[in-house]
Amino acid sequence: MHGMINRALQGFLTTTYGDAVWAEVRSQAGLPFADFEAMLDYPDALTMACFQAACHVLYKHPNALLEDIGTWLVTDAHLEPLRRLMRFSGPSFLDFLLSLEEMGERGRLAVPDLDMPRIEVDRIDPSSFRIRAQWTLPGIAPILMGCLRAMADDYGALAVLRLDGVEAGGECLHVQLLDAAYSQGRSFDLGRVRA
Amino acid sequence: MTGLLPSLDRVIGLSEGALDTLLPMHVWADPAGRIVQAGPTLTKMARMGDLTGRSLFRVVEVRRPARVDGAPALAALAGQRIGLVLTRAPHLPLRGALAPLPAGAGMILDISLGLSFARAVAEFGLTLNDFSPCDQTVELLYLHEANASTTALSRHLTRRLEAARAAALSQALTDPLTGLANRRAMDAEIAAALADPTREFGLLHIDLDLFKQVNDGFGHAAGDAVLERVGAVLRHMLRQDDVAARVGGDEFLVILRDCIEPEDLGAVATRLIASIEEPVEFEGHVCRISASIGVTASTDYAERPGLDRLLADTDAALYAAKRAGRGRHAMHGAPDGDLPRRRLDDPMPRPAARAGD
Repeated sequence: MHGMINRALQGFLTTTYGDAVWAEVRSQAGLPFADFEAMLDYPDALTMACFQAACHVLYKHPNALLEDIGTWLVTDAHLEPLRRLMRFSGPSFLDFLLSLEEMGERGRLAVPDLDMPRIEVDRIDPSSFRIRAQWTLPGIAPILMGCLRAMADDYGALAVLRLDGVEAGGECLHVQLLDAAYSQGRSFDLGRVRA
Repeated sequence: MTGLLPSLDRVIGLSEGALDTLLPMHVWADPAGRIVQAGPTLTKMARMGDLTGRSLFRVVEVRRPARVDGAPALAALAGQRIGLVLTRAPHLPLRGALAPLPAGAGMILDISLGLSFARAVAEFGLTLNDFSPCDQTVELLYLHEANASTTALSRHLTRRLEAARAAALSQALTDPLTGLANRRAMDAEIAAALADPTREFGLLHIDLDLFKQVNDGFGHAAGDAVLERVGAVLRHMLRQDDVAARVGGDEFLVILRDCIEPEDLGAVATRLIASIEEPVEFEGHVCRISASIGVTASTDYAERPGLDRLLADTDAALYAAKRAGRGRHAMHGAPDGDLPRRRLDDPMPRPAARAGD
């Protein structure tokens, strides 16, 4: 698994729960080094070992932890560049939802060898969507749910999301968009000059 | 140019709204160069309020392929790449394309941000809604930001690797050329041996003779070959429990465990010198060196000496061996008379003869 993904797992654990928890996870997972490096690759087994150790150390259900990771990816102040990249997907949450299928290409534009999930979006009715996602590791739907929930908030949209089971070839998510302009949301200045 | 200048025979009508949607940065001017309509994004960028009725040449300044300040001259640029700026933002080069409209309707000039897109988006305060979905400017911006982030990560990794490498080097215990221990490892080894009252040992300080001649005469690669060879000699001639280190350019230290009798130490030193003196062939040259060796034993002292004292005494013995003519060993504490004296300026044994000499 790409170092970026592993680094995200580590970053989530250290910023949310502190270095001591990460140290415990590392030791339980038998990680042979102190830190993941974002630009290197690691065996999937290491990623899974760390994740399972994290569930164990934190007494968390895997889905709950995955959802928290998804939310953290959008909301953590250090990951503002990532939030910005996501906001490039569209001017509204609806546009964002409808462009989720492009997320793989978008991710690979930024990091060519990144393992991105394959996502399909079906509009069931004008305000309901069914999202099917496939990834190299299990658990993409709860990550996506946390991420989408945070993005809805970011855009100021009111949406209800729930996991919708696992289908052949994909994990499923159901999204109901209740109000696209429910609140102000967070600002996104397209041309903000980067530091 | 027929591909770029389509016939005006077949004409379609486009509403103002349709033009705004398709070309949000267009401006439509009448044959006299007066603006009939301007797209919403261009209007925002021009910073003059409603542009309708203004002269096009008050809003934009055409610079490429040449400066143009009249409607007929501008119309003549139809189909070409046009370089232009907005009069209120003359430092941001933009790009345009112009098409004539049928009889008396004037012309349409469509504008894009070109390569100044990042600055332009920031300065004009543009949003995602200001671009047509067909315009890839937003994707360029995305890529621009993504690149900045990943470049920062790569730089971070490089810095970390450099720091790790420096740390590893500073902690290294091996001499990379010979594979022997290095100075740091040797000092630790001697200190540990001195600290253990049950351990007695001999210490040899070896300094290569004629090494400089090999290095200067045949080059550094030859010098390295000789040093590697000496490393191999030390590895093969010493016992498992002995330790050899390269502690300087052409200096070596050897700990001989439980070897303390002068005769034994002398025999080892003599054998080492003989092996080191065996010529090394390197790229057609025969490199001949020798070695001088200073010898001490942990038992030379009534009380355990310190590391510095022991090294200084070994060094003094080495100096005595050099002074006595090199290619030999000298014992610490042995009366000078034990060594056959030679004057310092005695000629050295013939160095490094060329192969075939």
